[in-house]
Amino acid sequence: MKPFVTRSLALAALWLVISPSAALAKTEIQWWHAMQGVLGERVNEIAAKFNASQSDYEVKPVLKGSYPETLTAAIAAYRAKQPPQIVQVFEVGTQTMLSSGAVYPVYQLLKDNGVAMDWNDLIGPVKSYYSTGGNLASMAFNSSTPILYYNKDLFKKAGLPDKAPATWDEVEAMAKKLVASGAKCGYSSAWPSWVLMENMHALHDQPFADHANGFDGLATTLKINGPFGVKMLETLARGSKEGWFTYNGRLSKAEANMGGGECGIFTSSSAYIAGLTRASEGKFAWGTGSLPKMTGYPQGNSIIGGATLWVLKGSKPEEYKGVAQFFRYLASTENQSWWAGVTGYVPLTNAAVKAMEASGHFQKNPQQKTAITQMQAGKTTPNSQGIRLGNFVSVRDAIEEQMENVFGGKKTAKQGLDDAVAKSNDILKEFAALYK
Amino acid sequence: MKRTVFRNRWLPYALVAPQVVITLVFFFWPAFDSVRLSLYRASPFGDRLIYVGLANFQRLFADDAYLRSAVASFVFSFCVTIVGLALALLLASLANAKIRGLAVYRSLLLWPYGIAPAIAGIIWLFVFHPSYGVLPYVLSFVTAYQFNWFLKGWVAMTLIIVAAIWKQFGYNLAFYLAGLQAIETSVLEAASVDGAGPIRRFFAIVFPLLSPVTFFLFTLNMTFSFFDTFGLVHSVTQGGPGDATSIMVYRAWKDGFEGLQLGYSAAQSVVLMAVVILLTALQFRYAEKKVTY
Repeated sequence: MKPFVTRSLALAALWLVISPSAALAKTEIQWWHAMQGVLGERVNEIAAKFNASQSDYEVKPVLKGSYPETLTAAIAAYRAKQPPQIVQVFEVGTQTMLSSGAVYPVYQLLKDNGVAMDWNDLIGPVKSYYSTGGNLASMAFNSSTPILYYNKDLFKKAGLPDKAPATWDEVEAMAKKLVASGAKCGYSSAWPSWVLMENMHALHDQPFADHANGFDGLATTLKINGPFGVKMLETLARGSKEGWFTYNGRLSKAEANMGGGECGIFTSSSAYIAGLTRASEGKFAWGTGSLPKMTGYPQGNSIIGGATLWVLKGSKPEEYKGVAQFFRYLASTENQSWWAGVTGYVPLTNAAVKAMEASGHFQKNPQQKTAITQMQAGKTTPNSQGIRLGNFVSVRDAIEEQMENVFGGKKTAKQGLDDAVAKSNDILKEFAALYK
Repeated sequence: MKRTVFRNRWLPYALVAPQVVITLVFFFWPAFDSVRLSLYRASPFGDRLIYVGLANFQRLFADDAYLRSAVASFVFSFCVTIVGLALALLLASLANAKIRGLAVYRSLLLWPYGIAPAIAGIIWLFVFHPSYGVLPYVLSFVTAYQFNWFLKGWVAMTLIIVAAIWKQFGYNLAFYLAGLQAIETSVLEAASVDGAGPIRRFFAIVFPLLSPVTFFLFTLNMTFSFFDTFGLVHSVTQGGPGDATSIMVYRAWKDGFEGLQLGYSAAQSVVLMAVVILLTALQFRYAEKKVTY
């Protein structure tokens, strides 16, 4: 890379001398993302602010649809040798990106372009999830972690104290009372596998897959059919049967039920704060709490979801230079605290957390502190640094399929998890065979 | 029929060329590429392409989930086709009667066909949705049974079948109406004179005379429900609960575009292609013989 950079810098300098007009032309940087709705507007704001802050580069955000659609579009563009410089990829695509050979690692990009960044200032779970060998492979952007939400109006109606349940036993007891008092749904959750399987394993320091959840090498075996996973799923299956747990679909579908004021207790991404604020406005009050614990298991930590920005190979050095400048802007405390404040995503640096505390942001928005408190209270262990699996989208699908079978009473928890593991292992082996 | 004669030898070829080129580029080339890709284990970014022979197919046929998906596809397609055609024929017979405002009824009945499958799915979603749907709400007064298709496979399947039937309904109806109008009234009058009641007339005269239309619609509806219903499944059930509504075309898309298992997905498209070719061939070979034109 190095000689190439110097050579092209020399060329660029020569170009400047012979063609003064070129100095005015901005280098365009394509940023493909999946942030729809309000989040998309925020993304445009970031780009506009960066573009106004300097005159050499122009970052162009392009909405490419959902996360999978954005990834598929980037893959197609890369194969056609027309890749965007930056593409936003969701956390389950991490292993796919790392193995692809199509990525210009972020730490390398910044080093090559002389941008110094204090990686140690990144909050722990974010750094561990996206690093290989201690080096950040992609630029952290929107990270969230699941938290618990509760509907204060329904709690009052059920005669419950204004306090979030801390354990699953409490969730069960409270949800039963909620249903008894007429609530349509006692407890429900969005992102079934992410919240109830992936995060619950990490939170209780239980292994999810072999090779330290895929961090020490390509994972080939899931471990979710152990006693903990079975107990977790049995609890929920019982809840579904007894009526205090309502299953409301995959992805963020269940958020419609929480936002509609049906559910007393709910778990979803901390990024749902913005959505719930809007949905509940003038209708009901709500609060947040840490994820409930299963008693008798060790302390781990909740893991993150969301997406990061990956830099693809195949662009020109001056474009990469612009990307490095843009990333420096993204990581700035000013941008981080603004972004976290307007979205509900977690601020990515400790400096940003401090700045938000100093400005009194968390006093005004206590819900936004919940995710941070939860992660700071946790312990980073090999089981809770994250989960990195090849073909993770298909694995998650296999797990959620079986969760539905178990909740619907078609299979026992153990049967369902055994089947999910068998299918997932097959999918993981395919990926491993590709990169052996 | 009059035979058209072109003076220029090349003109006819030039005239069909666009159609041939479109077919080659948009149908044969991708189909060929799928067949090729199905023999490889391919990485998403194209950096690895390992020849594996028929391993993708082996993996496919060893998977019970794929068998279940095939069964679901056939159940879905046959239900959509047979129930859909029966209903369309029934309503077409009624709409063929001479009543006031007929043109209005007919136009209204054709409407659903103008709607994209995904939109049809969303409309039915609003009817069936467990928490904000009209139907579960009404049913909750009648029965305590929970029609939550997030957890009950057969309810989800019924939902997409109903939505697909409704979406195809206008199209089927239009063809049946045209078919009914082509039947000479003198034949029916003669049958009436001979003492045949309306039901006898229908089965002895109308139904056999409509068989070319039925045959055409049968083939068309089968292929529609095998291929065109992706948007419907995607917008309503996403293949769930479990894999109850993961029909073959949806699975192929999901494994390919979401799961990024390209070779595996290509193998599924090849199987799907074979099924449809076989189905169409069988229909033309056997069903056509029983059709009276």
